[in-house]
Amino acid sequence: MYRYDQYDQQIVDERVAQYRDQTQRFLAGDISEEEFLPLRLQNGLYVQRLAPMLRIAVPYGLLSSNQLRKLAHISRKYDKGYVHFTTRQNIQLNWPQLEEVPDILAELASVEMHAIQTSGNCIRNTTTDQYAGVAIDEIEDPRPWCEIIRQWSTLHPEFAFLPRKFKIAVCGSEQDRAAFLLHDIGIQLVTNDQGETGFQVFVGGGLGRTPVIASLIRDFLPKQHLLTYLDAILRIYNRYGNRDNKYKARIKILVKAWTPEVFAERVEAEWAHLKGGPATLTEQEIDRVKGFFTLPDYQAVDNDSASTELQRLASDNKAFSRWLDRNTKPQKQAGYRSVSLSLKPAGVAPGDVTDRQLEVIADLADQFSFGELRSTHNQNIVLTDVLVTELYELWTAAKAAGLATPNIGTINDMICCPGGDYCSLANAKSIPVAEAIQRKFDDLDYVYDLGDLELNISGCMNACGHHHIGHIGILGVDKKGEEWYQIQIGGSASKNAALAKVLGPSLSRDAVTDSIEKLLDVYVENRQEEETFLATYQRIGIDKFKERVYGATA
Amino acid sequence: MAQLLKDTQIIDDQWIRVPADAEVFPAGDILVHYNDWQTHQDELNQHQGAVGVWFDGNEEIEAFAESLVSLPLIAINFPKFVDGRGFSAARLLRERYGFKGELRAVGQIIRDQLFLLQRCGFNAFQFEDNIDLDQAVKSLTDFSDSYQVAVDQPQPLFKRR
Repeated sequence: MYRYDQYDQQIVDERVAQYRDQTQRFLAGDISEEEFLPLRLQNGLYVQRLAPMLRIAVPYGLLSSNQLRKLAHISRKYDKGYVHFTTRQNIQLNWPQLEEVPDILAELASVEMHAIQTSGNCIRNTTTDQYAGVAIDEIEDPRPWCEIIRQWSTLHPEFAFLPRKFKIAVCGSEQDRAAFLLHDIGIQLVTNDQGETGFQVFVGGGLGRTPVIASLIRDFLPKQHLLTYLDAILRIYNRYGNRDNKYKARIKILVKAWTPEVFAERVEAEWAHLKGGPATLTEQEIDRVKGFFTLPDYQAVDNDSASTELQRLASDNKAFSRWLDRNTKPQKQAGYRSVSLSLKPAGVAPGDVTDRQLEVIADLADQFSFGELRSTHNQNIVLTDVLVTELYELWTAAKAAGLATPNIGTINDMICCPGGDYCSLANAKSIPVAEAIQRKFDDLDYVYDLGDLELNISGCMNACGHHHIGHIGILGVDKKGEEWYQIQIGGSASKNAALAKVLGPSLSRDAVTDSIEKLLDVYVENRQEEETFLATYQRIGIDKFKERVYGATA
Repeated sequence: MAQLLKDTQIIDDQWIRVPADAEVFPAGDILVHYNDWQTHQDELNQHQGAVGVWFDGNEEIEAFAESLVSLPLIAINFPKFVDGRGFSAARLLRERYGFKGELRAVGQIIRDQLFLLQRCGFNAFQFEDNIDLDQAVKSLTDFSDSYQVAVDQPQPLFKRR
């Protein structure tokens, strides 16, 4: 993984000092609330319903065991002993004290971490595939490009006060696992006929009140031009994005208003001035950054005998077999698998982990995955590069720590925002809805029979829980001061991204789980062969689902 | 006399900023709105004292930037401190149009923006509020280096590390 040199460390250390000074001046009354707001937000600090919330950046989801131990320590010393993993691969502390945030940032800086630009109207953490570097369908490892973008976007002097937040995702594989078409900029790594690396550039995707799938504005951007082209897009957005109405301020609104074609022309015209300029990437820099993302020292494994042994263990132990099936994935290196540690056992807010569990995960990473781990946009943890011969041992240890719930990719592996329990923006609670669903669908055989199913829950239309792109999406709404829930179906975050359709009038919380069950019944009755819920929906349409939930007259 | 930061020094402001839509101009060195500068060209050419131009950061500066490059002072106004358009306007004036004179940030800027503002080419800063400039000047050096190309450092860090 990327390691800081003296420059990276100095920038992060100076940021801590800057924020410490800002906090002191705020507490002394020298900075007004209004002025402090963007300053604290650009350091990840929200003031929430019950306490401040600090969002810590996890660049493209990559963490070391050492960093995880520091996070465990921070959560114990400054918080209530747990952290929350977000849908943008970041980590949130729910109960820090505003006065102590500079100390937390200093602790983070000691392990090459920070909270820079995790909130506010600026360029946020760049996200990517949790299987970067090991994915079978990978075109090229996206992480060096994410790191190059991270450095370019960190404290960018021109783009610190954008009309609205700005999110970039990079996809390096055939399959999309980063929902990159739902970002302000989505970058797809491609190779051209000459075998050269470049990028397809999509702009204007996003969720929130107006969900939009991004539009392609450049089919092949040669790799050396990445940063000058990004500068051009951001400059156009900074100058022409709507600043009068925050609900119309995302770049998607500008792209829609101008049309993607016109937007692309404006970017090209701006880029003509920047192209080939000093920010053009050099081979030397690309190689330098790529040098941090080398493959670990893989052992030669007798794959056949390892598989046979694995089969034997699986046939003897149903629980292990289930876990192996749902929570592990082959990777491009023979003899190794990628393991998902589920952060969604029933009864725990999806994505929450205790300090002790963080330390267990750190130990597991050291023992089984070369000391590295990844956070996923589905709010789980992935350990890559695990020897198949060590899977049983890993499973035993993960299970003891409550990290081996075999529900990855199932209805119980829902994406869920913190909702009304924590967030001051929320219209409704989301965590109790997730829990009710997990309690209702606790029969594993039934859950596995349902197959891959993405259920996403947001407590308000800001859509942090990605409800628009769930196969089933649940949105909390406020109806005359009461919490109600709108159900949507048919969304997808894949390359054939689709936005879910509203099923009908919103429901009370009590009615949500029963209605989900009715949707699943319609799927089970109508599916053909191996069809997923989404595929069945795409084939038969919304009506049968609607009728079952609301009755024939609805 | 109002004070401001210029090239890291606290100085007395010699310029009189004239609000937009002016009909008459005071004597001395004056800073006039771009529209007034255009409308009253002949009169301003006769003006006793220096003339500078100010405008809001959201202006389509491509339309007039070239006509301003020989001026001694251009001021970009920030109607709100969170309105980042002035940052782009400043870089364009410096990097694309080669403006060499004083580039002043005026309006609702805050001390904590100084480092970024100077990176984008501003070398003078006039605050609306009466803040402690001796303290504020420290924010100009919040960071000792940066990753990106900008006016203060035309080479990216990756070519210097």
